[in-house]
Amino acid sequence: MQVLAGEILAIVGPSGAGKSSFLRLLNRLDEPTSGTVLLKSQDYRSITPRELRRRVGMVMQMAYLFPGTIAANIAFGPHQHGKMLAPAQIGGLLERVGLPGLADRDVSNLSGGEAQRVALARTLANEPEVLLLDEPTSALDEASVRGIEELILGIVRERRMTCLIVTHNRAQAERLAGRTMVMQARRLVTIGPTEQVLHAD
Amino acid sequence: MLTELQNSIGNDVLTGLAQAGGAIALCAAVVALCRWQSVHVEREAVISMARGLVQMVLVGLVLALLLHGRLLIGCLILFMMAIAAAITAAQRLKGMAGALPLCFWSIAAGAGIVIAAMLATRSLQPDISILVPVGSMIIANAMNACAQAIERLRSELLAHVGQIEAGLSLGAEPAVIVAPYLQSAVYASLLPRLDMMKSLGLVWIPGVMAGMVVSGASPVYAGVYQFIIVAMILAASGITGLVATVLMRSRAFSAAAQLTIRSAETTASSRAFGQAR
Repeated sequence: MQVLAGEILAIVGPSGAGKSSFLRLLNRLDEPTSGTVLLKSQDYRSITPRELRRRVGMVMQMAYLFPGTIAANIAFGPHQHGKMLAPAQIGGLLERVGLPGLADRDVSNLSGGEAQRVALARTLANEPEVLLLDEPTSALDEASVRGIEELILGIVRERRMTCLIVTHNRAQAERLAGRTMVMQARRLVTIGPTEQVLHAD
Repeated sequence: MLTELQNSIGNDVLTGLAQAGGAIALCAAVVALCRWQSVHVEREAVISMARGLVQMVLVGLVLALLLHGRLLIGCLILFMMAIAAAITAAQRLKGMAGALPLCFWSIAAGAGIVIAAMLATRSLQPDISILVPVGSMIIANAMNACAQAIERLRSELLAHVGQIEAGLSLGAEPAVIVAPYLQSAVYASLLPRLDMMKSLGLVWIPGVMAGMVVSGASPVYAGVYQFIIVAMILAASGITGLVATVLMRSRAFSAAAQLTIRSAETTASSRAFGQAR
């Protein structure tokens, strides 16, 4: 299968279909038993895992923030690659995810929606080319879901990133993705334009 | 040598066995008291006491032989003890490939370095009758430190899979992302030894000092020597904990920086998807 540069591809299917596992193969958190993944025609095994994961960023179902301040969380990724983020850059990222001026706040005091926004900003700080989102709104209330969806759409479009989003919510797939891939029993069932795939399924 | 051995066993054995009978009778009374309170430890108590008695009689026989044996035999016995300690500690890592060598090298590093240092500085005489009992104390504590460190690190890793993978997803080195968990595992393994050091002389008078005083050594020297032994136990435990956690860290991640330690649940779901780790 191919993911087109700059598109948003939704991955839907029932629980246990292998959606999250598929996503984990793409940044090599798991190893494929056969086959491989090409990133811009390059076998991803020829890229070091650290560099691959910088280029293919991931936001998980839970935010999994590190203990400390929001600023420390955002600076973490670039720091791993020898880059120090200036306070202004951290401030800019926080503003973009709707949390202006909160750099020094401790992550233990954040709501679910705020934590997920910090997780998104933390991944964006690495300036990835591809963004993997593993059910990023499944733990949030309805109001926060719409806010995060708008944020994702805005950021992916303005940064011209390629984005794969795993969701169990078909309406969310329709709202976000140009194309959708359906998985069942750990297999790809179909892939195509979202409206066509979801209505035919 | 056989005559010496017979002498060392001597008539004292009969007295000792009679005293052991008294101790067993007291334990049996406690077991009966427990039974009266519906706490059933009869079976375990009988097995434990029988094993304890037989093991200590055997150890006594071995020590009686040792007093007249060669230093090389002493080293061999310490080596066997290190293997037994590694097998015991490795039981905490059931299901993890390479657990036994991991525990053996950790215990061997901690106990080996400390025993060698003690021999080199003459704080331990190269005499088999001293080397084996002191060495076994150091090995036993290294074993406990190893088991506590790997147990703690394993539970820390399993409790923080999400955070660890979030860090890996940001391009962090495994060593960087698990550093806090390694620190807490080593600290946890050292804590009982630190408490032991703090309570030295206040809460308990350890066996080495008691033995030295009984056999006529200066009580002050015996006290200082006991401190040296406990300090060496602390050092051996620290080295063992550090080596064990570093080795376990390297086994917890694949060459492609993928976390390979998972709870049974997660592993089952990964296998279902056909993942080979």
